[in-house]
Amino acid sequence: MFKIDPTRLDVAREFKARPFGEHSPELQYVLNYMRSRPVPQFEVLVMTDPGKRWVLAYMPTGGASVPKMTNQTFDKLEDAEWHVFKLRWKDITGQDLPID
Amino acid sequence: MTRIMGYADRISVQPGGTLAVMASCIGAQRYRADIVRLLSPNAGMGASEYREVQVDTPANGSYPAREQKMHAGSFAVVPEKWALKGIESFTLQAYVWPTTPKKGAQALMGMWSEAGTGFGLAVDATGAAEIRIGGFKLASGVPMLERRWYLVAASFDATSGQVRLWQEPIYDKSFHAERPVAVEGKTRASVPDDGAPFLFACWRKGEAEASTAWGRLLTGGHFNGRIDRPRLARKALDRAAIQALAAGMLPSGLEEEILGFWDFSKDVAGDRITDLSPNRLDGDVVNVPTRAVTGHNWTGAEMDWTKDPAQYGAIHFHDDDLSDAKWQPDFSFTVPAGAPSGFYAAKLVAEEASFYVPFFVRPKRGTAKAKIAFLASTATYTVYANNRGRFLSMRTELYQGRISMMDAVDILQLEFPEMGVSTYDRHTDGSGVSTSSRLRPVTNWKPHGRLWNYCCDLFIIDWLEHTGLGYDVITDHDLHVEGQDLLRPYSVVITGSHPEYWSLEMLDALDGYQRQGGRHMYMGGNGFYWRIAYHPTNPNIIEVRRSEDGVRAWDARVGEYYHQFTGEYGGLWRRQGRAPQVATGVGFISQGFDASSYYRRTEASRDPRVAFMFEGISDEILGNFGVLQGGAAGLEIDCVDPALGTPPHALVVARSENHSNTYILVAEEINIGHGALDAVQNAAIHADLTFFETPNGGAVFSTGSIAYAGSLPVDGFDNNIAKLTTNVLRRFVDDRPFTLPK
Repeated sequence: MFKIDPTRLDVAREFKARPFGEHSPELQYVLNYMRSRPVPQFEVLVMTDPGKRWVLAYMPTGGASVPKMTNQTFDKLEDAEWHVFKLRWKDITGQDLPID
Repeated sequence: MTRIMGYADRISVQPGGTLAVMASCIGAQRYRADIVRLLSPNAGMGASEYREVQVDTPANGSYPAREQKMHAGSFAVVPEKWALKGIESFTLQAYVWPTTPKKGAQALMGMWSEAGTGFGLAVDATGAAEIRIGGFKLASGVPMLERRWYLVAASFDATSGQVRLWQEPIYDKSFHAERPVAVEGKTRASVPDDGAPFLFACWRKGEAEASTAWGRLLTGGHFNGRIDRPRLARKALDRAAIQALAAGMLPSGLEEEILGFWDFSKDVAGDRITDLSPNRLDGDVVNVPTRAVTGHNWTGAEMDWTKDPAQYGAIHFHDDDLSDAKWQPDFSFTVPAGAPSGFYAAKLVAEEASFYVPFFVRPKRGTAKAKIAFLASTATYTVYANNRGRFLSMRTELYQGRISMMDAVDILQLEFPEMGVSTYDRHTDGSGVSTSSRLRPVTNWKPHGRLWNYCCDLFIIDWLEHTGLGYDVITDHDLHVEGQDLLRPYSVVITGSHPEYWSLEMLDALDGYQRQGGRHMYMGGNGFYWRIAYHPTNPNIIEVRRSEDGVRAWDARVGEYYHQFTGEYGGLWRRQGRAPQVATGVGFISQGFDASSYYRRTEASRDPRVAFMFEGISDEILGNFGVLQGGAAGLEIDCVDPALGTPPHALVVARSENHSNTYILVAEEINIGHGALDAVQNAAIHADLTFFETPNGGAVFSTGSIAYAGSLPVDGFDNNIAKLTTNVLRRFVDDRPFTLPK
């Protein structure tokens, strides 16, 4: 089974540069892994201003309650994707991504 | 916490007509209501400025807030009747198929109430069958298993106080080690004559002050699962008599004992249950449980419930079914005589909370003057109503390629789960949701929030407004009822960004319109895909059986592919000889939600037949911009397929390219899975901008992409997508006939 290689910073850089659209096979594997692993809660974006502002929140898997809101807001969806990518990278590999 | 929500009693109303608005508001003393006409979506960057116009009406104003509750959970009920009075001894029995036996105590059938009166069969907290008589309970002691058929029966002899209970698994060719269980007990409890209704799949909790799902009855203990051949006798029967009573026909020799002998295979389409006994303890089903489902005796030899109803004698009840919130009206709105046709809503605001109650104003029947009609996809909007599955699991990201999005109105569904679910969800017992109603607060018909369906269709309305060409708005619901006559006055019918769900009546009406020279602009993707059935007497309720194939949120159980409302075979129109390519030239090929792409003009676009389309356009790349993920070709996309009905003379004038890995070939295109199913590797995945002429001077233009609508408003409609689409519209309203090529 595929596992994320924490030394492959090139894959992370690729995602940062282009979170939406065509990805390399290696990046797609990383994203599929991140998105399919069993987790008790997962990230969602709550839209507070249509098309302009989103708040990072957590939903319990299975959704028995409302999302738990954080103080983290975004005005670009790309920024939200990168933020969450870094959180997941750390969660899975145990290592911070040394990329801003 | 202030919350407000509501719904209207009607979806389509004409000038002079009146609709009622039901609202529930908590956390505030009063709320404000305004009737508004919606002219564009609130979509943020790249889109037009949000526009809603207040309608001058006495309905606008401040209203006292009150909470109105929703009572989810389907059940069947026999109203209080003479034959149900004076019961002392009894036998209760049914075949049951529990789907959540461990969720907590649940009612199967009877007259038991939480006040500790009456009698009834139940499932106890462990999942075991149980008989209740007043405060007395006797359970089998053996939990039933999920999705297994059992004969459950109980008898009570009032003279001796003897209680017997049987729980017997039905042979189903599987290798279970279960054994029949029979237990006995004694009680001095009696069955009081309290004039209660006889209930299936719930028990009586009390009486409400306001309307509930049935009268003012408050229910509890909602059962998840199936009940088949329920019976009630006025005597404690022995096991042999119980077996005789379990037959499909009324047994001889028990005429005096039988009180109720229900046959759930009757009246499957409607809201009634039938008692075959002389007492005729007929009743109602409430909140539309699922019918036309396999019963305890289904052999697998028959797949069509209409051919052998006796094998489909079960009703599947769910504790989250909701077909009508049954709220009291707060106010009404009479459409002014001169009101233009369009998208409208009652905008409800209480402090920081707001909610849009949508409806559509259509032209008065027989008086349409506009040449253009926009057909609002109300069937599709209804089928999607209250879709919550998309944000209950991270797996949504796997096919969307982006973090799941929610808004404040979405969150209402989690705060008020009794709001019911959509046909994109599963019930709490894991079974697929096959019916949806709009007679409840619906969260996905709004001009803001996640851009999908209703909201995206407002991009098209915005563009129509910009063209200055007059238009009417009509709805799927109108089309289903009125058929082709609804379309006949119009030169052009525009279908929306995602007109996915079609009844036979709707499809036939469109087909007839097109064959008689009507022009059709299909402005979306994944249209004309699923067959639906409307409830026979309540057009606010729609059914979809996700059978066989297709991109599905759930799959219908084998043997349950035929709609309960009509008996029609469900599933993809493509599987029924009417693929979308027949009517529009294109059909669903892929979906992806991370990024949208663009179209590139083809050689066919130089054909003189489509010269009108490209007047003033010199670009080779079309729609490399847009509010919906950055391009005109995306989200759900369609392409031509001659084998499925694309006319040979159809012209693909532009084809999309460069879609991402997230775009995967649709399931119905895959016979054997392989590793080259995404758009990066699979050349079959693209959207086709398509045109073809039809008989009697008609024509069809199809965009084959949901995202297309989101490109129209970019740069104030000064872009090649808006230009091209306007060129098409202007030509389509021109009475000069199109000519079928020789």
